[in-house]
Amino acid sequence: MSIFTKYEPLARSLAAVTNGGGRNPFSVVIDHPVSSTVGVIEGRETLLFGTNNYLGLSQSEAAIDAAIGTLRTHGVGTTGSRIANGTQGLHRQLEERIAAFFRRRHCMVFSTGYQANLGMISALAGKDDYLLLDADSHASIYDGSRLSQAQVIRFRHNDPEDLHKRLRRLDGTPGAKLIVVEGIYSMMGDVVPMAEFAAVKRETGAWLLADEAHSVGVMGEHGRGVAEACGVEDDVDFVVGTFSKSLGTVGGYCVSDQDGLDLIRLCSRPYMFTASLPPDVIAATMAALSELEQRPELRHRLMDNARRLHAGLNAIGLRTGPQASPVVSVVLDEVAQAVQFWNRLLDLGVYVNLSLPPATPDQHPLLRTSVMATHDAAQIDQAIEIFATVAREMGASH
Amino acid sequence: MSETVADVSALIIQTLLANPKVPRDISGSSKIVEDLAFDSLAVMNFVMEIEDSLDVSVPLDRLADIRTIDDLANCIVSLKQGD
Repeated sequence: MSIFTKYEPLARSLAAVTNGGGRNPFSVVIDHPVSSTVGVIEGRETLLFGTNNYLGLSQSEAAIDAAIGTLRTHGVGTTGSRIANGTQGLHRQLEERIAAFFRRRHCMVFSTGYQANLGMISALAGKDDYLLLDADSHASIYDGSRLSQAQVIRFRHNDPEDLHKRLRRLDGTPGAKLIVVEGIYSMMGDVVPMAEFAAVKRETGAWLLADEAHSVGVMGEHGRGVAEACGVEDDVDFVVGTFSKSLGTVGGYCVSDQDGLDLIRLCSRPYMFTASLPPDVIAATMAALSELEQRPELRHRLMDNARRLHAGLNAIGLRTGPQASPVVSVVLDEVAQAVQFWNRLLDLGVYVNLSLPPATPDQHPLLRTSVMATHDAAQIDQAIEIFATVAREMGASH
Repeated sequence: MSETVADVSALIIQTLLANPKVPRDISGSSKIVEDLAFDSLAVMNFVMEIEDSLDVSVPLDRLADIRTIDDLANCIVSLKQGD
């Protein structure tokens, strides 16, 4: 028996996706980017509507210049852990910048956003504590909960009343209770009712961690995310986020006013046992953060674009989530139909993400589309027109 | 009110049969993943329904040891007795 025998069902699922000559949707290669909104795929210029590059800052000139300059002065890597030789002045400087942006006292920077959730959740919740997770939580949150050894309880997606009920069942049990929600959920682009969750947190004495990976730089007057937009930042004990979406680089962080955060540096395995961010990434991230702060028009343009894409896809009879947000997912019924739709979109020059169950809510396949501040109206209209063409070919409109 | 394992098992089966995709001939010894063809997400969602019917929370780590409907019923009864 092969060590891979257990993956035979997975191999069959993959074969079902690629039979009939379709592409492997998990192996798409963007040969190189032409701009933040266009990349070369299969030798053709293709509209990118499936990145998380919400503000287009992966191609920021200021960030590129900062990275190049820092490469010359600092080299290409740190070759070490944050708790050994991997903390340079730049790491501390970035933590101070991020903390100041969020108006928080403390910040920890991790090497990826995935590790930020893994590292914070696993270290905050010990074996006698309870983690209360939204049912639609990202894999990094579920994985963090497994590493934590805490008791893990799911509540219904975006349902503060359901959370309240589950917290009531824990009345009188010892151990801290940590609620984990996301600002914008990555599959459907739906926004958390943060004020209602904050009220449950206050009433029950639980702790609240918000993963604002998809909402920082997108929501709130200053781009601090959904908690800022809802006016409840004081109720959120820990904000986790990433540099690999609106800031266009890579890395993750947690900010908090809790002085205990410094102790987490000494017990969070995903923080301790990996190499720290390279200096050029830090320099680029700080430059991108300055741009995010100084150019609020990027956020306004992003939301205008989100509304244009959401309205356009609905107008041609496709089913999407209810809210216009930078993630607009087209919901389809059958995996085979979604695979064919996705292949045709790419044939015609639009790249989106194909998301398949069980990674999606409600067992529906999704054409996950995300918009950028740097898309112009003509690009959005062209993408909608190509969606309409494929929907007509496949009889997929409602 | 205290439910027995048989009561809880019957309630689980009744809940499962409300789903037309579930085979009609399930029993307490049916395996949830293999016999019902549930993936990990479907198992968690179905357990959530049972939790609400019985006003109990089943921590996810407990699910790792549960294979059959009777295992789940036993787990729920022990959780409720621990209240």
